[in-house]
Amino acid sequence: MPRGLLAEEIEDSPAGVNNFTIVAATVNGSGSQTANTTLLRALFKMGIPVSGKNIFPSNIQGLPTWFSIRLSKDGFIARRETSEIIVAMNRQTVAEDIANVPAGGVVIYPSEWKLNEDRTDITYYSLPVMQMAKDSGASTDLRPYVANMVYVGALAELLGIDVDEIKSALMEHFHGKQKPVDLNFGVVQAAIDYTRNNITKRDNFRVERMDKTAGKIMINGNSAGALGACFGGFTVAAWYPITPSTSLIDALTDYASELRKDPETGEPTYAIVQAEDEIAAIGMVTGAGWAGARAMTSTSGPGLSLMTEYAGLAYFTEVPAVIWDIMRMGPSTGLPTRVAQGDVLMTYYLGHGDTRHVILFPSSMEEAFECGWHSFDLAERLQTPVFVLSDLDLGMNLWMSEPFAYPDKPMDRGKVLSAEDLDRLGGFNRYEDVDGDGIGYRTVPGTDHPLAAYFTRGSGHNKYAQYTERADEWEDNLKRLARKFEYARTIVPKPVVDMVAGAEIGVIAYGSTDPGVVEARAMLAAKGVKTSYLRLRALPTTAEFNEFVTRHPHLYVVENNLDGQMHKILQTEAPAQAASMKSITKCDGLPLTGRWIARSIIQAEQEW
Amino acid sequence: MAIQEPPSAPTNLIGLTRNDYKGRPSTLCKGCGHDSISARIISVAYDLSLKPTQVIKVSGIGCSSKTPAYFLNQSHGFNGLHGRMPSMATGATLANHTLKAIGVSGDGDTGSIGIGQFVHMVRRNVPMVYIVENNGVYGLTKGQFSATADEGQKLKYAGVNELPPIDVCLEALVADCGFVARSFAGDPRQVETLLKAALSHRGTAVLDIVSPCVSFNDHEDSTKSYAWGKSHEEVVTDFSFIPFREEITVDYEEGEAVDVDMHDGSKLRLRKLDNDYDPTDKYAAMRLLEEAHQKQEFITGLLYVNENRPSLPELERLPETPLSFLGEEKVRPSREVLDKLMRDMM
Repeated sequence: MPRGLLAEEIEDSPAGVNNFTIVAATVNGSGSQTANTTLLRALFKMGIPVSGKNIFPSNIQGLPTWFSIRLSKDGFIARRETSEIIVAMNRQTVAEDIANVPAGGVVIYPSEWKLNEDRTDITYYSLPVMQMAKDSGASTDLRPYVANMVYVGALAELLGIDVDEIKSALMEHFHGKQKPVDLNFGVVQAAIDYTRNNITKRDNFRVERMDKTAGKIMINGNSAGALGACFGGFTVAAWYPITPSTSLIDALTDYASELRKDPETGEPTYAIVQAEDEIAAIGMVTGAGWAGARAMTSTSGPGLSLMTEYAGLAYFTEVPAVIWDIMRMGPSTGLPTRVAQGDVLMTYYLGHGDTRHVILFPSSMEEAFECGWHSFDLAERLQTPVFVLSDLDLGMNLWMSEPFAYPDKPMDRGKVLSAEDLDRLGGFNRYEDVDGDGIGYRTVPGTDHPLAAYFTRGSGHNKYAQYTERADEWEDNLKRLARKFEYARTIVPKPVVDMVAGAEIGVIAYGSTDPGVVEARAMLAAKGVKTSYLRLRALPTTAEFNEFVTRHPHLYVVENNLDGQMHKILQTEAPAQAASMKSITKCDGLPLTGRWIARSIIQAEQEW
Repeated sequence: MAIQEPPSAPTNLIGLTRNDYKGRPSTLCKGCGHDSISARIISVAYDLSLKPTQVIKVSGIGCSSKTPAYFLNQSHGFNGLHGRMPSMATGATLANHTLKAIGVSGDGDTGSIGIGQFVHMVRRNVPMVYIVENNGVYGLTKGQFSATADEGQKLKYAGVNELPPIDVCLEALVADCGFVARSFAGDPRQVETLLKAALSHRGTAVLDIVSPCVSFNDHEDSTKSYAWGKSHEEVVTDFSFIPFREEITVDYEEGEAVDVDMHDGSKLRLRKLDNDYDPTDKYAAMRLLEEAHQKQEFITGLLYVNENRPSLPELERLPETPLSFLGEEKVRPSREVLDKLMRDMM
């Protein structure tokens, strides 16, 4: 690292054309989502890299919500700490919202508020939002919703957003229903006209068409994961509502009803059951997996705690299952609508006795889709619960993505014996390690052969699946499970590694912190600081991880929790390098920013 | 694992001997009511010519929950979590709705830790026979009261029970169960007839079988003892079971018997007793149970039957082929489908 470099020298790239952030500060439940996604999609269709992050409350109506849209000509999609343009639509937070605007920024607000425009270093624009909503002809109950379209129109005119793209985004949002499209677009057009006739542009922000999003899609991670599960041949899903995982099952229900009907009979080739709690949800998944289904559930931290006992049983009885955890802040209610990577340690060891689980960490929409189907292959191959740790940022925000790739291999149902196999083999021992990978052969209930049955139990069992309390048999079984875990290392997704020649610093991250790390590395590189990067896609770690940590004397594990949960796990995975690993963490409910990560690394470099 | 038979052993309709339905030797206490119920299951499965490979045995935790290992060796079994067998059974029957599921639970497993899952299983009408081997006491942990223990009951270490019992049959009725019966492990004929009928039921069939615990709760004044059961059992319904494949040979005079058509084509021929009890009347069943509770009566028999409510797999409109046996071509949409979806999103 260059000598004397200070953390404060790391700054966001200067705002300019196609390079700034807009925040719409609204009231929850006022329908601003339509306006925000319309803007996001219109900018995306103009070829400008965008990312949208919804900072919303755990509330149906009334509490403040902020939706930020970042435009980045260079393609960075992490959260930024500063927002140059604020659309102030929430009276309660307007003072604070304006105070947060950086010098040179812009505030757009309803002129009916008659604000004192007392900051001289920013530009104020006001429009008669309430009046325009009224003039739209919308019924009284719809007015607060269409009012949000006023800022869409104002921004379109002020920034130069293509009006046709706004119209087609509205068409997409309302699934082509002409009436709401006309109503909303009418307000957008009125706001454009008003702005053109009454407002003189006094700021430097504008957008220009680019070609950086052609062929890409926009989607959220919960939808991507659900779609992946549909292509992964899920057959049973059991779940209990919990934010922020509920929308994964909602999406699964929607997609499956279209994609997973038997073409001949029209019957669903799946069952989705809303359970009475998470214990029952995982119980159903375990029973279904045991009986041969590709079974999954989706939950968040508190739900995962309730699933502990069954997850441990499934691990020990070797039943395949897929468990999604869309992580959020804190225990109990915590902050259910804010992001964290807080369940890593708990999930890795979930259960009682000696338990370690296979975990997948998607970092993008493509990976969320891939986890959707690949998790079933791993679960059935390894005969164990496989966890997918996503989070609120990945799950519920809209992300740009390459189109999803079709599964590149046929479904792997693992070691399942048919009646014909049993005829040929003359029987089998359920928990015998025939192949040396720690994985026994199983049969599915209903297999029509007198030698098919075996007894599944959480209590001590030997390789014949018989009850045992013998010390040697218990120990043998545990050792076989440990062998299976070592085998898992060789088949879980490998990390994505960017090894930079001459770099002493190795950054390790996973999940939704990836965009922040990507931007942080670019910021550091601009200051002459070389970094390598390993992005974990799974636990347990693989050989690539060991190579990476051996080659970098300064390792930083970046994560969105306070305790450095992955850092702790990685120190035990590579104890010889434990002293080279430093933990860089933040846990405030928001996605990590590139600037914060880069500054933290520089700061930490000074403390070796 | 196949058991060698003497050549002369009699076989049932599918060519299996009684031995083919046995399990491993029981490890329960000598004289335990649960072993007698296991023997009934073996006997009924043989008599009905059930295909063992098409049966699953599921249980929770406790003495009763150990018993699936002691019958039907050729059936898959899953000894799950305490009180959480219903959810596991729900998943298993969704994965393969063509299997006959036999669940064995106890009064603690159902009435205490598992009451929530029990109620929701019944509410969903999961197709299975759910047997509660009810002895009013925790055996494996050596003699604590369970939630079905009657008021005023005494146990050596636990003292006197001052709480009212949970009546598993009443709970089942309230959750709209379509087959509710109570029996006594000391009444093998009735247990067998009820089991046969239960196996023909469309959804969840609940059998609450008082099954004395010889080690902790078989003393003279226990309402869950052999002696109490033998002297107090009052049969409120009597019926014969006519499997779907058998012709009806004996006709009854009008008014002497009522037939109930079971979902699988079998029939229950209910004979009139002098109590005028009608097991198709849910309110009568509730009244009967409440009154029996007030008077400390031990009523047994088929308390309620109703074949009208669809089971969970029926509600889910599951295909004929079990979900667990659907091939990749049925459960993975094509590449073209994904490509079109992606184009639509661009």
